[in-house]
Amino acid sequence: MNPKEEKVKIITEEFDENDEDTGVGSQKKTSKMARQKRKKRLPAAGPEEMVSENPHLGNQPEPLQEDSDTRPLSMTTRRGPRSLPPIPSASRTGFAEFSMRERMREKLQAARSKAESTLLQEIPTPRPRRLQSPGEKELETEFGAEPGEEAQKTQQEDDSQSRSRVKFRDSVRKIKTKPPVPPGFPSAEEAYNFFTFNFDPEPEESEEKPKAKNRDGTTQEEEEGEEEEPPVQGIHKTDEQLLISATEAEAFLWGLDHAAADFVAVRPADYESAHVRLQMEKELLFVPSRLTVPTYKKLPENVQPRYLEDEGLYIGTRPDVPRTCQNIMENRLLTQEPGRRWFGDDGRIVALPNPIKPFPSRPPVLTQEQDFRAELETLYKKAVKYVHRSQHMIGSGDSPGNFQLDIDISGLIFTHHPCFSREHVLAAKLAQLYDQYLARHQRNKAKFLTDKLQALRNAVQTGLNPAKTHKSLDTTQKTINEYKSEIRQTRKLRDAEQEKDRMLLKTIIKVWKEMKSLREFQRFTNTPLKLVLRKEKVDQKADEEAYEAEIQAEISELLEEHMEEHEQKMEAYRAAYQQWKAWKKAQRAKKKKKKQAVEEHPEEEMGEPYPEEDLVKPVPPEPTDRALMEHQVRERAARSRRRPGEPLLVPELSLAGSVTPNEQCPRVEVLRREDVKRRSIYLKVIFNDKEVSRTDSRPLGADFRVHFGQIFNLQIFNWPESLTLQVYETVGHSGTTLLAEVFLPIPETTIVTGRAPIEEVEFSSNQHVTLDHEGVGSGMPFSFEADGSNQLILMTSGKVSNSVAWAIGENGIPLIPPLSQQNIGFRSALKRADAISSIGTSGLTDLKKLAKWAAESKLDPNDPNNAPLMQLISVATSGESYVPDFFRLEQLQQEFNFVSDEELNRSKRFRLLCLRSQEVPEFRNYKQIPAYDREIMEKVFQDYEKRLRDRNVIETKDHIDPHRAMVAKYLQQVRESVINRFLIAKHHFLLSDLIVEEEVPNISSEGSGILGLSLFKLAEQKRPLRPRRKGRKKVTAQNLSDGDIKVLVNIIRAYDIPVRKPTASKFQQPSRSSRTFSEKHAASPTTHSPTHSADYPLGQVLVRPFVEVSFQRTICHTTTAEGPNPSWNEELELPFRAPNGDYSTSSLQSVKDDVFINIFDEVLYDVLEDDRERGSGIHTRIERHWLGCVKIPFSTIYFQAKIDGTFKIDIPPVLLGYSKERSMIIERGFDSVRSLSEGSYITLFITMEPQLVPGESVREKMSDVLKKFDSQEDEKLLQATEKFQAECALKFPHRQCLTTVTDISGKTVFITRYLKPLNPPQELLEACPNNPQATAELVARYVSLIPFLPDTVSFAGICDLWSTSDQFLDLLAGDEEEHAVLLCNYFLSLGKKAWLVMGSAIPEGPTAYVLTREQSHYLIWNPCSGHFYGQFDTFCPLKSVGCLIGPDNIWFNIQRHDSPLRINFDVTKPKLWKSFFSRNLLYPGLSSVQPEELIYQRTDKAAAAELQDRIEKILKEKIMDWRPRHLTRWNRYCTSALRHFLPLLERSRGEDVEDDHRGELLKQLGDYRFSGFPLHMPYSELKPLIEAVYSTGVHNIDVPNVEFALAVYIHPYPKNVLSVWIYVASLIRNR
Amino acid sequence: MAAAGPSVFLLMVNGQVESAQFPEYDDLYCKYCFVYGQDWAPTAGLEEGISQITSKSQDVRQALVWNFPIDVTFKSTNPYGWPQIVLSVYGPDVFGNDVVRGYGAVHLPFSPGRHKRTIPMFVPESTSKLQKFTSWFMGRRPEYTDPKVVAQGEGREVTRVRSQGFVTLLFNVVTKDMRKLGYDTGPSDTQGVSGPSPPPGLPL
Repeated sequence: MNPKEEKVKIITEEFDENDEDTGVGSQKKTSKMARQKRKKRLPAAGPEEMVSENPHLGNQPEPLQEDSDTRPLSMTTRRGPRSLPPIPSASRTGFAEFSMRERMREKLQAARSKAESTLLQEIPTPRPRRLQSPGEKELETEFGAEPGEEAQKTQQEDDSQSRSRVKFRDSVRKIKTKPPVPPGFPSAEEAYNFFTFNFDPEPEESEEKPKAKNRDGTTQEEEEGEEEEPPVQGIHKTDEQLLISATEAEAFLWGLDHAAADFVAVRPADYESAHVRLQMEKELLFVPSRLTVPTYKKLPENVQPRYLEDEGLYIGTRPDVPRTCQNIMENRLLTQEPGRRWFGDDGRIVALPNPIKPFPSRPPVLTQEQDFRAELETLYKKAVKYVHRSQHMIGSGDSPGNFQLDIDISGLIFTHHPCFSREHVLAAKLAQLYDQYLARHQRNKAKFLTDKLQALRNAVQTGLNPAKTHKSLDTTQKTINEYKSEIRQTRKLRDAEQEKDRMLLKTIIKVWKEMKSLREFQRFTNTPLKLVLRKEKVDQKADEEAYEAEIQAEISELLEEHMEEHEQKMEAYRAAYQQWKAWKKAQRAKKKKKKQAVEEHPEEEMGEPYPEEDLVKPVPPEPTDRALMEHQVRERAARSRRRPGEPLLVPELSLAGSVTPNEQCPRVEVLRREDVKRRSIYLKVIFNDKEVSRTDSRPLGADFRVHFGQIFNLQIFNWPESLTLQVYETVGHSGTTLLAEVFLPIPETTIVTGRAPIEEVEFSSNQHVTLDHEGVGSGMPFSFEADGSNQLILMTSGKVSNSVAWAIGENGIPLIPPLSQQNIGFRSALKRADAISSIGTSGLTDLKKLAKWAAESKLDPNDPNNAPLMQLISVATSGESYVPDFFRLEQLQQEFNFVSDEELNRSKRFRLLCLRSQEVPEFRNYKQIPAYDREIMEKVFQDYEKRLRDRNVIETKDHIDPHRAMVAKYLQQVRESVINRFLIAKHHFLLSDLIVEEEVPNISSEGSGILGLSLFKLAEQKRPLRPRRKGRKKVTAQNLSDGDIKVLVNIIRAYDIPVRKPTASKFQQPSRSSRTFSEKHAASPTTHSPTHSADYPLGQVLVRPFVEVSFQRTICHTTTAEGPNPSWNEELELPFRAPNGDYSTSSLQSVKDDVFINIFDEVLYDVLEDDRERGSGIHTRIERHWLGCVKIPFSTIYFQAKIDGTFKIDIPPVLLGYSKERSMIIERGFDSVRSLSEGSYITLFITMEPQLVPGESVREKMSDVLKKFDSQEDEKLLQATEKFQAECALKFPHRQCLTTVTDISGKTVFITRYLKPLNPPQELLEACPNNPQATAELVARYVSLIPFLPDTVSFAGICDLWSTSDQFLDLLAGDEEEHAVLLCNYFLSLGKKAWLVMGSAIPEGPTAYVLTREQSHYLIWNPCSGHFYGQFDTFCPLKSVGCLIGPDNIWFNIQRHDSPLRINFDVTKPKLWKSFFSRNLLYPGLSSVQPEELIYQRTDKAAAAELQDRIEKILKEKIMDWRPRHLTRWNRYCTSALRHFLPLLERSRGEDVEDDHRGELLKQLGDYRFSGFPLHMPYSELKPLIEAVYSTGVHNIDVPNVEFALAVYIHPYPKNVLSVWIYVASLIRNR
Repeated sequence: MAAAGPSVFLLMVNGQVESAQFPEYDDLYCKYCFVYGQDWAPTAGLEEGISQITSKSQDVRQALVWNFPIDVTFKSTNPYGWPQIVLSVYGPDVFGNDVVRGYGAVHLPFSPGRHKRTIPMFVPESTSKLQKFTSWFMGRRPEYTDPKVVAQGEGREVTRVRSQGFVTLLFNVVTKDMRKLGYDTGPSDTQGVSGPSPPPGLPL
């Protein structure tokens, strides 16, 4: 566009130049742009030649030529237009470029032919040709001068240009030097014109002339200019051949010699400097900057950036684009598209939200290839029937039934219907008006207001009365003013009301009249409506008076009012007037001044007075005219009020009228009636958008009323959200149409059936109906007037009378969903669930937290995705809409409760599952819990419930002794609490519990640990010739079952079994079962020995012992050996059953069973009666006599893994018929060492197969955990203990070192705190006041009488708890530690030097003994048995000594040996004993945890006696039970004898009584063979006693005439320690 | 109704320990056993098994194929404690010591039909580098005290494991009376085509 316009300008300017020869400068300015230049020159090029050759046209040829040299630009521009004329003319003729070219070609053709043919110089013809063609060339030469232009040309053109340029110069020179043809030029021009533009040269001329005149280019010219351009370009660009031919022609014309040199110009290669190119590029190319665009550029001017996000609108996340890219884009957009539509209000590029999801939507592909097939498989899924559950209802648990909503639809009245006739319309209107009237009449507002007015007036009257008002004038005035304004208001209202009443009445009458006229007009009646106006007579006079009074009052009031008003107005007027006056004055002064000015500028007068007209002279208000006012009042009264004396009109609408029967009606009306009859109506009841029921279809009555009278009882599950009635109309047999929907309100919960009023709900329909009969239709205009004016459009409408109420249940309870579950409660809970699940989280219950989280995570509140969540949060945090009056932790829990809690708790199965999960002992191993409740027996729970019930009730029945029962309870409780405390710790695992891993070989440690050694091991032979013993593999106890575990008892040999005594020998020296005292004992053996040897001939069988092992009532026995030192070497295998089949570690640890190893003597009795048969048969009876037993608890076996050693056999103090053969052995000099010991011994090896991993690690772990509990010890002390223990363990890892223990409350206590002198019972001290040794023995016996109960048993193997001595005495149960501590404390109190020895013994394993220092030697006391041993006693069960504990220090044994035989007990030697408190760490004087003093109550003897009787009775019953097939006879005589004897035994503590006893017994039971023994044990429970009796096997005798004797004696010691003696015997009468 | 209702449901599983992928090891054998809850009891079949030693196949797959059959039937009253099969794979190390090459466990499939399971296997790691070395050297790698540990969640936090290899198992599962007891384990349970779902009054 631009260039063209420019050219036009140029053209026009050219003509100017022609005219005036001015404005060249301006032209230069315009021709600056390169492109424009080119185009200017295009046309200009041609004429140049012309000018130079044409003196006729150019006025001054000379300067022109100069111009061409010096300023070619200006020249061309000037000249161009001259040559132009022909072209525009051509173009104006309407020729297209094509035709132009065509013509040119023709011209060329002509020129060529002419040039070829003519020898003569035909100047006119070729010249124009030349004019044209060189024109082209010159143009190009000029281009050549402009290097910028050349770039756009082709190479060929370049050539031609260069050639032509040379030529041009030549030709110019030639022209200059010799102008040969000046005269012929005009003619040439003419000729040219003649040839080329012969069509209409004239118009062209005329065209140009106006152009010259009109400097501003017209549109026409512009068009021309546009037209001009293309042809020229076309010529120039396309016709190269033309150019060439033209040059040829020219050359020919000029007669030049065309050497090659003339055409080829040698020029340096074009070079454009980088600078130039850069500049060029700068012009051509656009490189957007990458700098940030300032925001103001991106926004319209003076617009602040607006951040929508800040304003709270939702903006999605923008896609992530690098900043620089954005900048470049912005810069580009700014430059290329100046419009800012790409930029948003915030100055950033408009961007859609990031569409990339942050997580992959495709499921991760598994690496398995073969799986894809499976995934593509089509699965058949059965259609699942939707079972409607009451889940969405309102917790059905508490409500007896469903809720019920009663909807009573009584009927329907149409206020308009398409079938309404005109009369109906009026009737409906009338009815409506009448209704209105009735309503108004009922309210009677006018009357009310009148009364009020009256009252107010009275009040004002009284208020004005000065006599009565003594109050301050102000207030009265004020109140009066208020009254007055009130009166005014009321009066207005009353007037309005009265007027309305009147109007209504009038309208009613009018409608009625219309109706009447209509009836008359149509000559039939459709409706039974009839209006009667009843007149009520009034007292004319009174009425008139009242009327007048009223008017007067009003007038006076109004007057007053007006006066006030007037007053105010006057006031205003005066002020305004003053103002006006002042202004007027000023105005006048001004005017004067203006006067002169006005004369000068008369026209200004018009505008001037304008502002001054502002103030108009105020008009004084007129005083009110009373007459006028009265007139007004009266008029108004006449309008709105009943005239005085006029009768009161009371309209009464009745249906008394008769409807014209069909026969008398016109056809259209009949048709209408028929139509109405065909119609019927029914209603659908829609509840929560679901149709629940519908009414019967009822025909539409002639009065357009439908009566349904139906009540629908909706049994609802869901909370009602909407209740809708749909009105359907059926016409004839055609389809039904939905007329309208009626929305019923959900009733309040207080509205119940019976109390609900019938309500009318209006409805209307928008259907359009036109009918071809008298019916007016619906939605269609109709008119009452004959001329069709005053049109009405009525839509179908009506009223449904209905009532909705909640039903009442049978018992009078309304069936209403509870309030809490209404709308908000329940449904919002549902919504809540959705909201939370929408963010993919479940179980979020704390909404405050949720809100916080939402705030923290910058959740966009406007993101539609988050909308429900946000709503939820806002609801939850603001609490506006719903604040529950309760607090619930699991808000959503209710959703998932499929049964109520009570029901769930009632379920036995659920209860069983719960209890099992809680690991309640009774149910811990309950297997296969039945699938149904009914299969679970009620008695499953009975034990458990009983236990729960009895927890605090002391049950004496089981325990006989109330105190023991109490203790047992207490123990049970302590146990439970401890178990609970450690329950968590039990589930705490260590690596070693789970993973078996070789320990890193420790280079420093002794034994096999060294890496080098183990390397050697690798080189070892796989099967060495002398295989070493390998440790058995240990088995964890988890995957075991009954029968997997066996207890192996290897019975090797026994020593010193008592031997039978011949019945004949009456007096024998008794042997003591246990050695009393070494000194005392030293002399005894020798004294008695001779008697024995005399009785037994050598070789006679002294005893035939065998061993019977019983465990868990399984009995195995060895073969019978002979002699008092038998060797069996037999292995017995006993199966082991864990309690409840639970083989877990904790369960195994708490197994209380003992292994009884009983030694019996097998005695053969000859039962043969007849000596004669002796030769032919053997008739003997085997009897077995119990000799003694060894009892080893299973827990010991379990923890020790194996028990290997020689044990002392527990032989009863009195063994009738047996005696020890000790003396004989000594005499023989058999074994001097062994002879030192009293009693019998048995060598055993006991183990379990497979070996079980004992729960040691659990124990250690517990103690770790325990330490963390709490300790009142000093932190430093605890650290020291740890250090001490670590040091000790490093040196002697197998020696027991104890520094801290756990007390019964779980606290860690330093061990020395347990040791403190404590007083033994006074009774014991008084027993032998002169013999300290005897006292010590007595005390030891007392301690040993306290029952032994291992901690592992009582605390299920959890930990080792140390109770203090008073606790121990209260509990009357404890293990070695408690016994040892008590004994040690007693010894300390007796003034002995005593220590606690921690070590290991047989069979207990790690245990505690007591060491005392007598004058010269040490004694080792077993606190559980009461026995004591000398340090060098080989039969001392204590096998190793770990540490000694005194009241103020701990000494760890650092001697090489730990056997008490080989160590030195002198703790003062630091090389032998490492003491805890030393010079480095001084003893801080720790206080004791023991009580100051022990208090002993004397035991109730009566209770003991009672217990004794009961035990005896129970045991007798038991023995009878054990002999189910035999008669059990009790020998009373013997029993009483035994009973007398038992106290003696107690008194003598089982010593030195046998002979007396025996003598006595023999005396009494002379002809009985007697075998029996007393059992002695501490009393804890009944069960151990029974077990002990059972294990003796006394009941096993099945000799027919056997008799039994059983006696029990209980000796009470202080603190309820009971010593129990049971004497059990069997008697066989000798024949 | 009460008389007809079953009191237990049965789960019968047969299939096989098909093969394993242990890229680094060869000559392996595997053991399997089942871990199940208290309400479960095996009624038929072997609860434990130990396979032959297999060598790697010579093809590219280098699979260790055992095709060791599993055939066991459980009965239960409660889906809690659904049986898991525990696999442990052993093989010789460079010194010829038998060491563990992997432990793994997976629940038996719930729904009847044919199921293929691939279990990643893992072994416990040594607690220290030194121990790792010595255990490698001595051929006494850390092992679980009981392979059944891998079927439990309790106490696992104290262990560290390294995964190595996969074992592929094939199960064919048949259930009986699960639907009758109210457990719907999947679409392919064809039982109860005509039978209605248990009435709501039925005890759980």
